[in-house]
Amino acid sequence: MQRLMTWIDERFPLTSLWESQWGKYIAPKNFNFWYYFGSLAALVLVMQIVTGIFLTMNYKPDATKAFESVEYIMRDVEWGWLIRYMHSTGASLFFVVVYLHMFRAFLYGSYRKPRELLWIFGCLIYLALMGEAFFGYLLPWGQMSYWGAQVIVNLFSTIPVIGDDLAVWIRGDYTVSDITLNRFFAFHVIALPLVLLGLVAAHIMALHEVGSNNPDGVDVKHQPRDPVTGLPPDGIYSHPYYTVKDIVGVIVFLAVFSIIVFFLPEMGGYFLEANNFIPADTLKTPEHIAPVWYFTPYYAMLRAVPSMMNTQVWGVLVMGASVVIFFFMPWLDRGRVKSIRYRGYLYKGWLAAFIVAFLILGYLGVVPVTVWGQFAEGFPFYAADKATVVARIFTVVYFLFFLLMPWYTARDKTKPEPDRVVWS
Amino acid sequence: MKKRVAFLLAVVALAAAGTAIANGPDLRLAPAPVNRLDQESLQRGARNFVNYCLNCHSAKYMRYNRLTDLGLTEEQIKANLMFATDKPGDTMNVAMRPEDAKRWLNAIPPDLSVEARVRGRDWLYNYLLGFYRDDKTPTGWNNLVFPNVAMPNVLAELSGTQKLVETEYEDHEKATGAAIAVRGLAAVEPAANHKYLVMTTAEESPGRLARADYEAFAADLVNYMDYMAEPARNERVRLGIIVLLFLGVLFLFAYWTKVEFWKDIH
Repeated sequence: MQRLMTWIDERFPLTSLWESQWGKYIAPKNFNFWYYFGSLAALVLVMQIVTGIFLTMNYKPDATKAFESVEYIMRDVEWGWLIRYMHSTGASLFFVVVYLHMFRAFLYGSYRKPRELLWIFGCLIYLALMGEAFFGYLLPWGQMSYWGAQVIVNLFSTIPVIGDDLAVWIRGDYTVSDITLNRFFAFHVIALPLVLLGLVAAHIMALHEVGSNNPDGVDVKHQPRDPVTGLPPDGIYSHPYYTVKDIVGVIVFLAVFSIIVFFLPEMGGYFLEANNFIPADTLKTPEHIAPVWYFTPYYAMLRAVPSMMNTQVWGVLVMGASVVIFFFMPWLDRGRVKSIRYRGYLYKGWLAAFIVAFLILGYLGVVPVTVWGQFAEGFPFYAADKATVVARIFTVVYFLFFLLMPWYTARDKTKPEPDRVVWS
Repeated sequence: MKKRVAFLLAVVALAAAGTAIANGPDLRLAPAPVNRLDQESLQRGARNFVNYCLNCHSAKYMRYNRLTDLGLTEEQIKANLMFATDKPGDTMNVAMRPEDAKRWLNAIPPDLSVEARVRGRDWLYNYLLGFYRDDKTPTGWNNLVFPNVAMPNVLAELSGTQKLVETEYEDHEKATGAAIAVRGLAAVEPAANHKYLVMTTAEESPGRLARADYEAFAADLVNYMDYMAEPARNERVRLGIIVLLFLGVLFLFAYWTKVEFWKDIH
């Protein structure tokens, strides 16, 4: 065995790769609950790829056969139902895990210097994941698949001058059609997975280069090392410590995952929508088009922005900006400390407001704007729907969290960050 | 450009107005008394389905020989349930062509393979109980759950005929209370002068089955349609319990390993 390893290492840096990326990677010893979601995201990515490969073996990217082939997978393919439910549940849980992973960065300032590139790779992964989810959602060719794609592609047609041609170029047709289905299939099963894998590799390598942040914001990497063990006082080797710890997280995650896959695969219509069991009908627009839950905060913003100067493009721009603005976090945050443990009330308050805004917008994106009825006549608001007004307020809150960040983080009353990890 | 914007706006507006238009009356559905483990009910439901539904509605993703799930042998399926084909591996298709259906019925009867996943059990059950006589529609039938549905009451021979009963109430609260008191299918709809209408059905003339027997007939049928929409479900739930037990045991070992390794980290 030893001789085999030497033989390989002389030809390929297997041992040094393993040691730099995991085996001898020194991580802070005080990771808490929020630090499980990185490895869980990697797990979900692998599950999506593996189940995706098996789905591809039986799925037919053809407008006349796509819906049928999904039902064929559900009924006639050995374990097809399990593979399909794992893939559909995995899609939603990917976003759950990624949102929690991003929230961790907000809590402990993980995007701050020197982790700017790490953060940017992460944001790119998030963008690629949104694309991956959007393209994949068309493939079952149900009513929601079809009309959801129709609405999203039409967003591009609101762009002045080139919009119409751009939308036709994306679809390859004047409406979403068999041609669109074929290219979305190509994007979903090969183009974006390649991009995702590349970005994830870059994300992990960047992390292992700069070193992990931690709940205390302590710079473990630059602590003086113990001359005997070669370890900083607050660092431990990922293997075996975080290997065994992450396995516990994986099992808990798999339990939640299994409860959904085996007992609640539709998750009350949030993971698999009832309308998507109707085959796509190009002539019949569904009464209520809503995206899957993970896009609903952005959808709520899109709907909340009124059309001005005879164009709807403003809502599209706001929606785009709401995602792109994540990229600027490392430079917007000017706090003296990274971790929320040592920040003052200004950051804590704004972060809470942001989370509330995100959740309420997420809810409002699911329901029709008439959900709360209308304001009485003469009420001094531009729109009469209560839900629209509330969505506008929280869209503003969402952006203020970012735009005012340079100001409130610099003014915040912070406590000094410790030099050593404080167990809590 | 303008057209695209108009389309986008229309779709967003439609999405917005959606439920308001769609729901119409506020429906109170009776819960469908079904049990997915009751094989006899599922078998009766399969019989009802092939005898009464499968003439106009297809179930083109459902294979006849899949009915062995319900405790039937292939011989039993062939002898009692297969009228349109003699190959047990065939799916449940119908001979009626869509263009004929359009001409005769004004609508193409939807395929029912996954209908239960679209509508839900309760909706289907109440739909089957919700037909009433209505001279204003082309078929002479209407439905409380699906107003102005194109489908005639093909089960009238069994169920007998029902008529619509409308009662007006002063306000929404009283109307809702009355609808709840029906303890079955009822619909509440706004009426003129801020009053509310409660709509229910009542027997006009009896059919071949007593009302309770017809309700059981409908429940069996819905139970079967619910099974047909996802034949793997019972297997799914059974397997899920095993998987969770396995993960529970695995968790104990993994957690114990973690604690052992982390003993020396302070």
